[in-house]
Amino acid sequence: MGKRLVTMTVNGETAEVAVEPSAMLIDVLRDELGLIGVKDACGRGECGTCTVILDGKAVNSCIIPVMKAVGKEVWTIEGLDRQLGKLHPIQEAFIEYGAIQCGFCTPGMVLSAKALLDENANPTEQEVRVALSGNICRCTGYVKIINAVLAVAQRMKK
Amino acid sequence: MWEEYLFPRSIQEALEILKSYKGQARIIAGGTDLILELKDRTRTVKCLVDIREIDALKNIEQDGEEIKIGAGVTHSQVASSMLIQRQATVLAEAASVVGSPQIRNQGTVVGNVVSAQPAADTAVALFALEAEAEIASGSGKNLVPLEKLYAGVGISKVDSTAEIVTCVRFKGLRGSQGSAFWRLAQRKALALPMLNVAVVVTLRDNQFEEARIVVAPVAPLPFRSKRAEDTLRGVPISPEAIKLAAEAAADEANPRDSALRGSAEYRKKMVKVLVKRALEQAIERARQK
Repeated sequence: MGKRLVTMTVNGETAEVAVEPSAMLIDVLRDELGLIGVKDACGRGECGTCTVILDGKAVNSCIIPVMKAVGKEVWTIEGLDRQLGKLHPIQEAFIEYGAIQCGFCTPGMVLSAKALLDENANPTEQEVRVALSGNICRCTGYVKIINAVLAVAQRMKK
Repeated sequence: MWEEYLFPRSIQEALEILKSYKGQARIIAGGTDLILELKDRTRTVKCLVDIREIDALKNIEQDGEEIKIGAGVTHSQVASSMLIQRQATVLAEAASVVGSPQIRNQGTVVGNVVSAQPAADTAVALFALEAEAEIASGSGKNLVPLEKLYAGVGISKVDSTAEIVTCVRFKGLRGSQGSAFWRLAQRKALALPMLNVAVVVTLRDNQFEEARIVVAPVAPLPFRSKRAEDTLRGVPISPEAIKLAAEAAADEANPRDSALRGSAEYRKKMVKVLVKRALEQAIERARQK
């Protein structure tokens, strides 16, 4: 088993990286590309902490073989402010609404919210709840997170 | 965990790779179940054969009365498909509650069948639709009713080191038919089902022409309660008839005590509740058409 060179687009830039064929996407993002905003928690796709956006869809990077991302477009939390040069409106709303406590679920939560808003700019509260239902938070009780996402949707409409 | 990861461009190419690895290569679609098995080492493999680039497996298709769901189609795609929502409502509902949005974006409906879990949401719905699986292997293509694909809990009769389920197919629901899917779980997401119930009813005038009632997990595979179905055949629609069917299903179903799924006593009682609700909803939907 040797490493091989693969290419994917990460946070808007081409990334060429040497990977083991059996590596998971999360390990390559964190260990090879230094994107430690992608958090490693359950390792089983059961908590959503490792959520990234792959070809426009929110997915659990801990159970996705890196080979599935080759030639595809991946967005991590780092990509959000890097693209704009300042905090993304979703990140600003999370801060403003007190939607962050320990912060460990936050990258995944923000990305699930982004995936929702990219597809549905005007979600109902129920749609926000469903979109975030794959992201577990042990601190906040979710209310402020949901309010933050609804607020962003309102703002981004203007 | 594996040495090689390949993307064949056709079913034929995939079968050739499987053949060349002599049982050491395995098909992967979304991988949401398979990757966990490989991580836990309950399965080992030398090569994964990813079906994602095979065009023939990417679509939901309508072929006359039949609907076909390709092996590469995700739960998200099925849940948001207008065709499935209209002509296989029970399946759209089941696909919309699997796991979580992230899981639904990766996992496939066909994979849900091949993983052979006793209460896999979309498999339960597919049983109510009397779906069949099309299986491609070295010796050609076979059409097999889903209930014939289960060897045991988590054990499929499909040999994913030698053959590929290319699609599942079923007859889309007609005007006189309605369906419903009801799930009981400890949470609204990221939770295994304590009970899944899927129902399809065919009405004629004010009678049940036919009903299909599927309950899980109460057996190693999704369970059709023939006793409950028999109570409804040719019978006028009434709350009493629904009650009798729900009781028959609860009577026939045999959930076990499970630390994961809940007690047998509670779940047996809830079978009656869910079957009643599913029948009522399916009838209303059939009448609305």
